[in-house]
Amino acid sequence: MTNSLDSTRLRNLKEKGFKLLFLTCAIISIITTLAIIYILVSDSISFFSEIPITEFLLGTEWYPTMMPQEFGVLPLLAGTIMITVGAAIVAIPLGVATAVYLSEYADKRLRKIIKPILEVLAGIPTIVYGFFALTFITPILQNIFPDVGIFNAASASIVVGIMILPMISSLSEDAINAVPDEIKRGGYALGATKLRVTTNITIPAALSGILSSFILGISRAIGETMAVTIAAGRTPNITANPFESIQTMTSAMVEIGSSDVAVGSLPYQSLFAVGLLLFIITLLMNMVSQYMKSKYQEVYD
Amino acid sequence: MDSLGGRIFATICLLATMVGILALIVLLADVLKSGWTWLSIDFITGLPSILPEEAGIYPALIGSIYLMILTAFFTLPIGVGTAIYLEEYAKDGKLKRIIETNISNLAGVPSIVYGLLGLALFVRALQMGSSLIAGALTLTLLILPIVIVSSQEALKSVPNSLRRASYGLGATKWETIRNVVLPKALPGIMTGTILSLSRAVGETAPLIMIGAATSMFTTPDGLFSQFSALPLQIYGWIQEPVEAFQNEIAAAGIILLLALLLTMNSIAVLIRNRYER
Repeated sequence: MTNSLDSTRLRNLKEKGFKLLFLTCAIISIITTLAIIYILVSDSISFFSEIPITEFLLGTEWYPTMMPQEFGVLPLLAGTIMITVGAAIVAIPLGVATAVYLSEYADKRLRKIIKPILEVLAGIPTIVYGFFALTFITPILQNIFPDVGIFNAASASIVVGIMILPMISSLSEDAINAVPDEIKRGGYALGATKLRVTTNITIPAALSGILSSFILGISRAIGETMAVTIAAGRTPNITANPFESIQTMTSAMVEIGSSDVAVGSLPYQSLFAVGLLLFIITLLMNMVSQYMKSKYQEVYD
Repeated sequence: MDSLGGRIFATICLLATMVGILALIVLLADVLKSGWTWLSIDFITGLPSILPEEAGIYPALIGSIYLMILTAFFTLPIGVGTAIYLEEYAKDGKLKRIIETNISNLAGVPSIVYGLLGLALFVRALQMGSSLIAGALTLTLLILPIVIVSSQEALKSVPNSLRRASYGLGATKWETIRNVVLPKALPGIMTGTILSLSRAVGETAPLIMIGAATSMFTTPDGLFSQFSALPLQIYGWIQEPVEAFQNEIAAAGIILLLALLLTMNSIAVLIRNRYER
């Protein structure tokens, strides 16, 4: 009797123990977020006690390791925006058209071939894209436009565009597929052609999902590091000329991170200030993207 | 019969689809063309060198493999444990929603920010230095969100009738999870984990931030040993001013990296096809 009681108690204890163990695992993800915020904010605070936050956000010169040091983030922000806009120009039209083709026109067999190919494209490491931009895209650009430098924003933009294309096409396709058939059939019943149904019914109905894929793709482009570091160069520079070398927030971080800066020095702390800005921007975009995605899922699921 | 406009639209969409496919083909062709002739046994088993003809990638290759094994060792229990908690234990409520939202936000954090986390937390605060284990832990946190979500999918696909049958036989929750749910979900979990690991193997920026070396002349000999990895070594070569390094040798390294990723992905697909249904 006592024996079986003991074993029941042991069993219950074991049950509780495992539940606690799994809960602990789940808590690790929360701790990760808190740790990211803590390390970014704490080093940024030391940084901003030396460099006023207004000087950081509004300064137009970025020379973290040269004397006199300058920590204006605007040139890096400008570089990031240029890469992102260029990538969006490449990836958004191609991505949406790919999504429309796969969901509305391609037959099942063709889709089964194309989708894995796009997944492979999404799985190529960013360093490989950087190599491709530097050794393939840049020479082509230089042949067409003689004033293109070895390092230039255009080449990096194109390659980042190719990189985020699979993400935009696959998420847009999900959104288009979520549009119920009844709505489309309603259009056909009114005598609309397939083109009209696609452009006037399906795409508008999937719009919040498609826009959510744009925002997520753009957020990915903002955080992209290696391709931009390799292809766009390291010239912090506010320019509208895509054939010039620029520097993004991410590639400035790589430059400081791979040079031997002393822990606690201003350049070291500036890493975390730029990282915090990058984190805030991408987090906001991801949240907006999720909100828009949940909107279309609410309507159709 | 579709109108002329409709056919033009369909053709434009087809052409756009082809751009992505073409980009992949051209990229692979470019890499193969530049690097193929430099790929040899000596390259794979050799040490880095200042002479292009003698350059080898062995320490970086071994570094990447160690890094992958260690990352798998940390990621698998934490990722699957979290997924089990969310799918099997957590009730639909505030805590579950907070954890899931948090995970999808973590998935969107740029990899270089994880590098900063690794630098401040593992390298500095826990004094691991720019070591293999600091690299593996950084990559673990980076891919954890993907592993959790794919493991959740695998657990969701186990039919509830199996769980009920197990409870009906008097099994407890943990016994049900261990003997019924996990074996059934394992192939899906493995597939997701291997795919996430292949993402970790291709990562460069977080490893640069934690101060890992681009070139190493020895293989790591312990958890706290310095290391290099394939993408780092490739980055190092791309940075070299010598053309042979920048083009051919880097391309040969990329071929090796892609071959490693292809192998991993094939294993993942094989597992999925073998055990699905």
